[in-house]
Amino acid sequence: MDTVLELCQVSKRYPHHVAVDQLSLEVPRGSLFSLVGPSGCGKTTTLRLIAGFEKPSEGQIFLNGREISHLPPYQRNVTTVFQNYALFPHLSARANIEFGLRHRKVQDLETPVRKVIELLELAGKESRLPSELSGGEKQRVALARSLVLEPDVLLLDEPLSALDPRLRKQVRAELKSLQRRVGITFLLVTHDQEEALSLSDQIAVMRGGRIEQVGSPQEVYLRPGSRFVASFLGAVNWINNVGVRPEVTRISLHPPGNGHVSQPATIRTATFLGNCYHLEAELSSGEFAVAEVPRGNGVYRPGDRVHVWWHEQDEIRVPDEP
Amino acid sequence: MNRLRSYFLAPAVFFLVLLFVTPLGIILGYSLLSRGAYGGVELPVTVENYLRLFDPLYALILIRSVAYAAIATLVCLLLGFPLALFIARSQKHKTLFLALVVIPFWTSFLVRTYAWMFLLRDTGLINFTLQRLGILSEPLPLLYNAFAVVLGLVYGYLPFMVLPIYAALEKLDRAVLEAAADLGARPFEALWRVTLPLSMPGIRAGTVLVFISCLGSYLTPDLLGGGKTIMIGTLIQNQFTSARNWPFGSALSLVLMAIVMLMVLSALRRQEDRL
Repeated sequence: MDTVLELCQVSKRYPHHVAVDQLSLEVPRGSLFSLVGPSGCGKTTTLRLIAGFEKPSEGQIFLNGREISHLPPYQRNVTTVFQNYALFPHLSARANIEFGLRHRKVQDLETPVRKVIELLELAGKESRLPSELSGGEKQRVALARSLVLEPDVLLLDEPLSALDPRLRKQVRAELKSLQRRVGITFLLVTHDQEEALSLSDQIAVMRGGRIEQVGSPQEVYLRPGSRFVASFLGAVNWINNVGVRPEVTRISLHPPGNGHVSQPATIRTATFLGNCYHLEAELSSGEFAVAEVPRGNGVYRPGDRVHVWWHEQDEIRVPDEP
Repeated sequence: MNRLRSYFLAPAVFFLVLLFVTPLGIILGYSLLSRGAYGGVELPVTVENYLRLFDPLYALILIRSVAYAAIATLVCLLLGFPLALFIARSQKHKTLFLALVVIPFWTSFLVRTYAWMFLLRDTGLINFTLQRLGILSEPLPLLYNAFAVVLGLVYGYLPFMVLPIYAALEKLDRAVLEAAADLGARPFEALWRVTLPLSMPGIRAGTVLVFISCLGSYLTPDLLGGGKTIMIGTLIQNQFTSARNWPFGSALSLVLMAIVMLMVLSALRRQEDRL
């Protein structure tokens, strides 16, 4: 595996807290890599350390095998798409895109700028000021001005959070296809697990300044290494220390045959969600289990006595936590 | 609601009409009359007072006033911008630095100007020290010249430059500066291409405030210029006192006001163009 970016035992300490705690990470070249975690887990600080806005308290950061830990941002070949885009408000879309090239003393501005304007479908918007652009257009200008420099890694800080919720799914798909086309490594920070799962080749789940688990979306979702990772990436029913996701939790009036794990329960709430029913059942142990049941699988009402069961291969087993 | 709102305006309108518009009207009237023998004004109506401004003697004073005010404004800008930047970027003690900029206002301008005289005069602290140290044999002519006037103006009006620029810099989004560095701009390039253009509203406001104040200043050129480097403020004052030429003094006042208003309007227009 060809690694473009490597963090080696990197820490960032502030007087009253540790934001990043001996974090090590390898990002494969050309991949779409996500750092996810709840707010305050250190993911944004990690991004800022890589960009050079913060200096690590200890540890090393390597870009293409060369240490960049103490280089200022303007000497690192990584660029950032900021959460609120941070476009230069006094410059036109085109001047925003040209900004970085001018500092590289590039002779021919025209060719790369035209290419990136085409790539991000910004033709016709070049002379507009950021205040005259829509949210989606601002984001594309932010992407364009970063990508035009052909960075080794493009950092994206919560790239979809400033967009209208209805735009998000569309832009998510566009972002992924953009990454495939340009082939540049994207390192993305998000607190939205659905965003991370749908976009990424690799996900690193962070907690308390450390990485809990790294893996493909399937690996971290289906085989989480800890209760925290399992719960962060989606809802889980914890029954007798075994995790079962709602979409694989079954409900039936009679106990299932052929040795499936099964527990008697009582329906407490039933909510119609359109594509499925959302059922909440209380087990005899007093624990609650949530199930998403397709419409065709019968209609249940609060008070119904049922059986909750699942396939053994769908179980999430994690080590006991202290 | 709108009715009620217009009542809120009434005290200010009353105050302004009585104490500002009325005297201004009187001044306008005076400027078009002839000089009375013992001060005051007499008929006939004339534009003579305005034509006198083209007399080289007075034109020179007007040009000199504009020049001194322009130099003082430029020096204020060169000193004030870095200072405002320093305060806006400091992590701690922001309030302390701002207080230090404003504290001189707590004492009378007159007292502070006299303090400068004590520093600058031939037997003042600076010359005394330099002579005692043997660096100078003759005292440097620091007082009663153009240098002293510009120095006094810069000293007096520097805060008017610092505060608006500081306000503009303070509003600047930190992420935009990080973006500049991220895209390869060295600190000086980022300052030139991002910070400076984005603080233009503050720079423009500070420049207008300082220039206007300097142009109309009376105390500083009078005390520190020693009557040799007269500015338009002193000239106006003379017309109403020793020269006993109220009409000419009135005409001068109105011309000064006109210059100031033109400046403010052009600055405001440029501000609107940007938005």
